[in-house]
Amino acid sequence: MADTREITVTINGQAETRAVETRTNLADFLRHEVELTGTHVGCEHGVCGACTVLVDGDAVRSCLMLAVQADGHEVTSIEGLAADDGTLHPVQDAFWKNHGLQCGFCTPGMVISIAAFLKDNPDPTEEEVRSAISGNICRCTGYQGIVAAALEAAKTMRQEG
Amino acid sequence: MVRYTGAEVQRMEDPRLLTGHGRYVDDIHVHGMLHAAFLRSSHAHARIRSIDTSAAQALAGVHGVFTQADLAVPDTAQAMNQLYPAPVIHQDITQHPMATDEVCYVGQTVALVAADSRAIAEDALALINVDYEPLPAVVDCRTAQADDAPLAHIGSDNNLAGQLKSAFGDIDDAFAKADHVFAASFMQHRGGCHSMETRGVLAVDNPHEDGLTIWSSTQCPYLVRRALANHLGEPEDRVRIIAPDVGGGFGPKAGFYAEEIVIPVVARQLGRPLKWIEDRREHFTATTGQRDQHWDLEVACDKDGRMLGLRGTVTHENGAYMPYGALLPFTSVTPLPGSYAIPALDVTLNFVFTNTTPTTPVRGAGRPYGIYAVERMVETIARELGLDPAEVRRRNFVRADQMPYETGAKLRDGMPVRYDSGDYHACQDKALELADYTGFKARQEAARAQGRYLGIGVSACIEDTGVGPYEGTTVRIEPSGKIMVRTGAASQGQGHHTMIAQIVSDQLGVRPDDVLFEAADTGKFPQGVGTIGSRVTANVGPSSFDASNQVRETVLKLAAETLEASEQDLELEDGEVRVTGAPDVKVTLGELALKLAPMSGGKIPAGFSPSLEATSYLGSSGSPVASGSNVAEVEVDIGTGEVRVLRYSVAHDCGTMINPMMVDGQIIGGVVHGIGNALFERMIYDDQGQPLTTNYGEYLLPLASEMPHIDIVHQESPSPLNPLGVKGAGEGGTIPAAPAIVAAIENALVDFGVVIDYYPVDPQYLTGLIDAAQAQAAE
Ligand code: FES
Ligand code: FES
Repeated sequence: MADTREITVTINGQAETRAVETRTNLADFLRHEVELTGTHVGCEHGVCGACTVLVDGDAVRSCLMLAVQADGHEVTSIEGLAADDGTLHPVQDAFWKNHGLQCGFCTPGMVISIAAFLKDNPDPTEEEVRSAISGNICRCTGYQGIVAAALEAAKTMRQEG
Repeated sequence: MVRYTGAEVQRMEDPRLLTGHGRYVDDIHVHGMLHAAFLRSSHAHARIRSIDTSAAQALAGVHGVFTQADLAVPDTAQAMNQLYPAPVIHQDITQHPMATDEVCYVGQTVALVAADSRAIAEDALALINVDYEPLPAVVDCRTAQADDAPLAHIGSDNNLAGQLKSAFGDIDDAFAKADHVFAASFMQHRGGCHSMETRGVLAVDNPHEDGLTIWSSTQCPYLVRRALANHLGEPEDRVRIIAPDVGGGFGPKAGFYAEEIVIPVVARQLGRPLKWIEDRREHFTATTGQRDQHWDLEVACDKDGRMLGLRGTVTHENGAYMPYGALLPFTSVTPLPGSYAIPALDVTLNFVFTNTTPTTPVRGAGRPYGIYAVERMVETIARELGLDPAEVRRRNFVRADQMPYETGAKLRDGMPVRYDSGDYHACQDKALELADYTGFKARQEAARAQGRYLGIGVSACIEDTGVGPYEGTTVRIEPSGKIMVRTGAASQGQGHHTMIAQIVSDQLGVRPDDVLFEAADTGKFPQGVGTIGSRVTANVGPSSFDASNQVRETVLKLAAETLEASEQDLELEDGEVRVTGAPDVKVTLGELALKLAPMSGGKIPAGFSPSLEATSYLGSSGSPVASGSNVAEVEVDIGTGEVRVLRYSVAHDCGTMINPMMVDGQIIGGVVHGIGNALFERMIYDDQGQPLTTNYGEYLLPLASEMPHIDIVHQESPSPLNPLGVKGAGEGGTIPAAPAIVAAIENALVDFGVVIDYYPVDPQYLTGLIDAAQAQAAE
């Protein structure tokens, strides 16, 4: 019988307690146990960035972290990024305006990665944005709309303070 | 009034996808669902002596282990159907849903485990014992036809899968009268699919109600329905295929796969819903892609570099099976001779079996190969005659006054290849201007003074788009006044909902937000084709335009009766029909819809039919041909062989644009895919047929940090083949990218006289060429 532990993770502000197999990674835990399927799995080996979520505010690849390691921590997934009233986060809104997505599969990881990056780098250059998302693969967009969205979101967030 | 067609409308799809509320196959949970994992061949070629599944069966949580022999299908012994039969195929060998007594590539399906979780299913795979007798494998397409080459299949006499030829004009005469004949040989390697969502299938069987329902991450739900119904011997309407949100397609999701038979069949046998999600390693070996093509070409030209004839042979790596007919071979040679008016052509392509994953189209299909080949010959002429490559193109382009222009080649269906509209000279001029081509010499010299090597490369392409015969649409106004649009066309991120909503809104005087949309569900729209070959806008564009126009006519006629006004005096706006000059005399679309949808005892007005709706299958009367010119500016580090793309300029012509923002998105995404082909993406097999690149550390995809900013300018030459003037735009970015990049690298290294005969141009290969050139110069 697989080894199981009980864990409590605060996900998008809500405490979730579940018994999980110790081998379950955080991405599968979010997707299949908590049924938050916005976090996507593109490679399962830590390269594509589609599974990126915030753990205690830092961008983390949820395919490379075990669910049990998140016990007692706070996770923000793409579902938790918009305001409670549904207002899009500035990064989400900028993606919409700048055609930063096509199929939408890389998008949750991209948006979360950029939101985390902009917190520490409120006024990045285009080159800095490109390097910040160099760990997120997008096959559809060619990145240009994503880069434009990140720069616009940075501006909006600076103005909003 | 046209307000939305041609405007940069923000996409209707996005808010859902941006907030994590997309619904991809793996997001769907069905009560009682089991999870599947496949055992796949670890050998490139082997005989299967026996398979022992007993230990796997005994594992707790396992509900069944299946081999081909265990599948309850009417024709267990039969291989899968050929999706696109063609007389040019000599050996039509398709695989079985799961291997019987032979495996022919690493990744081929051998057995399936269904279990309570994917993890348990994978645990069980390790307990299956297959007794393989390894056989010699053929891996390199260039040697596959040698007398001593191993055979890819037991029982074959040779590895030639098929042969086709494209020829027109008097080729002997062209070469006899030429001032110059130049030859070039080169290998092209295109990578795989690598949609960020892998494939996935979820099947639910409901024998007492509506039969099988299958969610598949597919580009072509109707093709999957046809193929699966055939295989099961069932009516098509008992097999419902739904393509939910699909995370990128790029071609390889357009076929029909073994897993799309096995998962439904096992779900039915177990009486439980069953889901399989491909993992990324599987994607590298089990999802088809493109790989090698080797070209030997000769071009005949006059003293000014005007091309008179093109001839040669091509060897195409087919992979182990032929699931998808000869579409890659066809699309490789039918675009010849590209943007140029060349009077004679004679090219023969052999497609050969190898013990590698089968090849099928990836973004552009064979077109990037074919166009690259022609562009190589243009570069060869420019180099040999000391001419500016852009000038050689100018001298050879089909002229605008020759449109519509027949190249002389024939399409797959035997129809002549005809370019419907375009101005290739103007398009190239736009690209050169955008790239500041004339200013490049100064940039190059300034860089050389600092010891840096800059190069510029030009390319041109045509793209036949919008292959028919149809992709229908139903437009229905419902009593709420909302417009319901249904179509078969599956989206993998292209933005079909938005594009169609723009067209329909303009016809019916509503806002795109008022257009509800359902697509890619065979249970909701009776017949469709699929999303391949830049075909949707040129097919669904016209059908949604036509269907909404028909509804508009009914609306005006019914409103005229209702308002007791003449149709000419009516205007359709904001979801209402008003009498011009008397805006209070009006009726809403919802009220009109209700008139045609009465309940029991009601009456349909005379001369009208129930339900305010229309269906159209109008497409394009022929293939609209898009075109483009690209200019790449690169810097080569001659020490490391690293190539940086500094600047990339695109002039593109896809006729009238419905949504220029989305067209730009298609072009930019396509260019980056093409740059990936040119510089990074390489699927490597060793000489035993073992894949060596099966993760994203080993197989390099283009990343944001390596990509340039891409500048685009559009030219709009409306297509005369459909009422909207549209042409497809999905692949016109990818097709010309590799030739522009490769030409730019050669230009950067012009002092060394480096000639590139292979792509992807990786640092190791390029330093080898530079070293060899330097060594030769030193002699
Ligand atoms: S799925 Fe985690 S990085 Fe790709
Ligand atoms: S939008 Fe499709 S992978 Fe990025």
